[in-house]
Amino acid sequence: MTDVAVVGFAQAPQVRRTHGTTNGVEMLVPVFADLFEQTGLSKKDIGFWCSGSSDYLAGRAFSFIAAIDAIGAFPPINESHVEMDAAWALYEAWLKIRTGEVETALVYGFGKSSAGQLRRVLSLQLDPYVTAPLWPDSVSIAGIQARLGLDAGLWNEKDLAEVASRSRRDAENNPFAQVRGTEGAPELLAAPYVAEPLRAHDIAPVTDGAAAIVLASARRAADLVERPAIITGIDHRVDSSAIGARDLTRSPSTETAGARAGAGEDPVQIAEIHAPFSHQELIVREALGLGGDVRVTPSGGALTGNPMFSAGLIRIGEAARQILAGNAIRTLAHATSGPALQQNLVAVLEKG
Amino acid sequence: MSKLRTAVLGTGQTHHRAKRTDVSMPGLLREAVDRAMADAGVDWPDIDAVVVGKAPDMFEGVMMPELSLADALGAVGKPLLRVHTAGSVGGSTALVAASLVQAGVHQRVLTVAFEKQSESNAMWALSILPPFQMPVGAGAGGYFAPHVRSYIRRSGAPEHIGAVVAAKDRRQGALNPYAHLRQPDITVDSVRASKMLWDPIRYDETCPSSDGACAMVLGDEAAGDAVEGGAAWITATAMRTEPTTFAGRDQVNPQAGRDAAAALWREAGITDPMSEVDTAEIYVPFSWFEPMWLENLGFAKEGEGWRVTEAGDTALGGRLPVNPSGGVLSSNPIGASGMLRFSEAAKQVMGRAGDYQVDGARVALGHAYGGGSQYFAMWLVSADKP
Repeated sequence: MTDVAVVGFAQAPQVRRTHGTTNGVEMLVPVFADLFEQTGLSKKDIGFWCSGSSDYLAGRAFSFIAAIDAIGAFPPINESHVEMDAAWALYEAWLKIRTGEVETALVYGFGKSSAGQLRRVLSLQLDPYVTAPLWPDSVSIAGIQARLGLDAGLWNEKDLAEVASRSRRDAENNPFAQVRGTEGAPELLAAPYVAEPLRAHDIAPVTDGAAAIVLASARRAADLVERPAIITGIDHRVDSSAIGARDLTRSPSTETAGARAGAGEDPVQIAEIHAPFSHQELIVREALGLGGDVRVTPSGGALTGNPMFSAGLIRIGEAARQILAGNAIRTLAHATSGPALQQNLVAVLEKG
Repeated sequence: MSKLRTAVLGTGQTHHRAKRTDVSMPGLLREAVDRAMADAGVDWPDIDAVVVGKAPDMFEGVMMPELSLADALGAVGKPLLRVHTAGSVGGSTALVAASLVQAGVHQRVLTVAFEKQSESNAMWALSILPPFQMPVGAGAGGYFAPHVRSYIRRSGAPEHIGAVVAAKDRRQGALNPYAHLRQPDITVDSVRASKMLWDPIRYDETCPSSDGACAMVLGDEAAGDAVEGGAAWITATAMRTEPTTFAGRDQVNPQAGRDAAAALWREAGITDPMSEVDTAEIYVPFSWFEPMWLENLGFAKEGEGWRVTEAGDTALGGRLPVNPSGGVLSSNPIGASGMLRFSEAAKQVMGRAGDYQVDGARVALGHAYGGGSQYFAMWLVSADKP
């Protein structure tokens, strides 16, 4: 089947609050313009469009329909949408190119978390009959997950602070990041708890944002960019929603997705991990078997900006960008969705 | 590189009713899934991936319900995708599931679409007024009624055509044991005597609001070959989208629908749909959409779809039986309605449609649309392997 490559990546600034509408149009228009400039493509060159977003963030039904106004979808386009992080929209677009139906695809994700109270909104992802009525929020559930690892001796609070410290330091070089900082772990550990054992820096900030990626068949990609980032493996898996029945200190779905994507077959130089809580980076690193020599999330990652429904796609974009820019020859990207790392996607990219 | 051959191995659906208070959401889905898996003769280890679709999460009041449904759908440890493309979603979901097989990624895929409308209030969910957007605030019927009026004016169709469709679909629905509304005694006159809701749309010309689910198992060539009595082979697929509003848009005969149909016929090698397609399951939530979509899909010339309906060609036994299952007018669990059209088309070419089987059906269309007539998804299935 046709190989597929990432040939362009663009994103909106990751900010605490935008004044744009919840359908993402104002954020997406400049992102698309950036992509078209990078690739030399225009709207009519795109064979398939696919987006990821959530009506619940927008507080209304069918918010993704208005988002296509950002495309200017006339004449009509070949288009689809997943109610998931746009990393999964990229998976759908990858399939579409693999079948040979199209040669190019533009994938985008958007979310305006500031329109509501994110941690309460995310509670509505829980089982609606038994769990959701108790309103355990996303930060509290992550706190329980972090506590289980502490109690099992898998990590300590300093390990978490070190993840946060490195992320904030890396974000100093990311113009799109929302949070930056040069504090070391000891300084961060002086901060108060938000949801014990998590402190503010262990928790992804509430972020508005959008991002987009252009995919092309390997043949077409070679005409578009010098160093296309070929997707040599991509897979995603889901774990049980019964939080109490899972070992929350592990991520079996990441393990399977990583193995199926070929993550362990050759060393990767850079891994962009989507970890909205600092301890989750440790879980994912373990699940992917990443060694100490792998550069983890040089963009700063979700702890420095977590635009819902595009943060996973951004990880793929950042991993691809390192290849496109000539900084690496083999990278890995990870995206997550659902409470306590329930659903995970892994992609491996290589220089074409 | 071309798409790998892909087939429908089996289908299943729930009994559709206004309120399925006897089952939870997972229970509702499993009712359809268990039937589809039994129909396909497969068990859980045979399923490589699950693709779920439904319309807005606010219809049930659960954000991304696929997450909490993962266990009930046997998806734990497997890939799970959630598609959402408005009212066309049931069709789009089937197409995404098909692409998993067509791309050579998986051998057997379970796909399921549902809506449990009684968990929330669809009218409320559709009436939230977002800032900076034109409010309609009239529900789906109020939105589509001017399109119907415009169609009548443009085509010169007599005013009873809508009632002809409604009486036909409801009588056909009475042959379908899973249908929500089963009205064997309904007539054109009784439809015309029903209350006017959104002129020119009468009460009996509107779809019900249903709880329900539909599931299918799709498989690769080897799996399709193994189906006893023959699988339904997917010979073409198409999706197209256009914006909700702009001055140049034709909402009676949308360009996106015409483009999707043209792409579908091209892929299947069909030049005259009326003579080459044996039966069609078309998304008709308000009766007048039958003649409108007959034109949009290319079964009839523009302005003449109503003549095909009036002649009785779209009834069981006619030249092109449309919605032999009773269609959306008989059951409308919104997220599942598109997949029901796709699966009913498959049942026809597999010869598994029971009392509403179209004699000798070899080629069938499944069609779905959504939003303000701007999202289209369709597939063509055949008893013959492409």
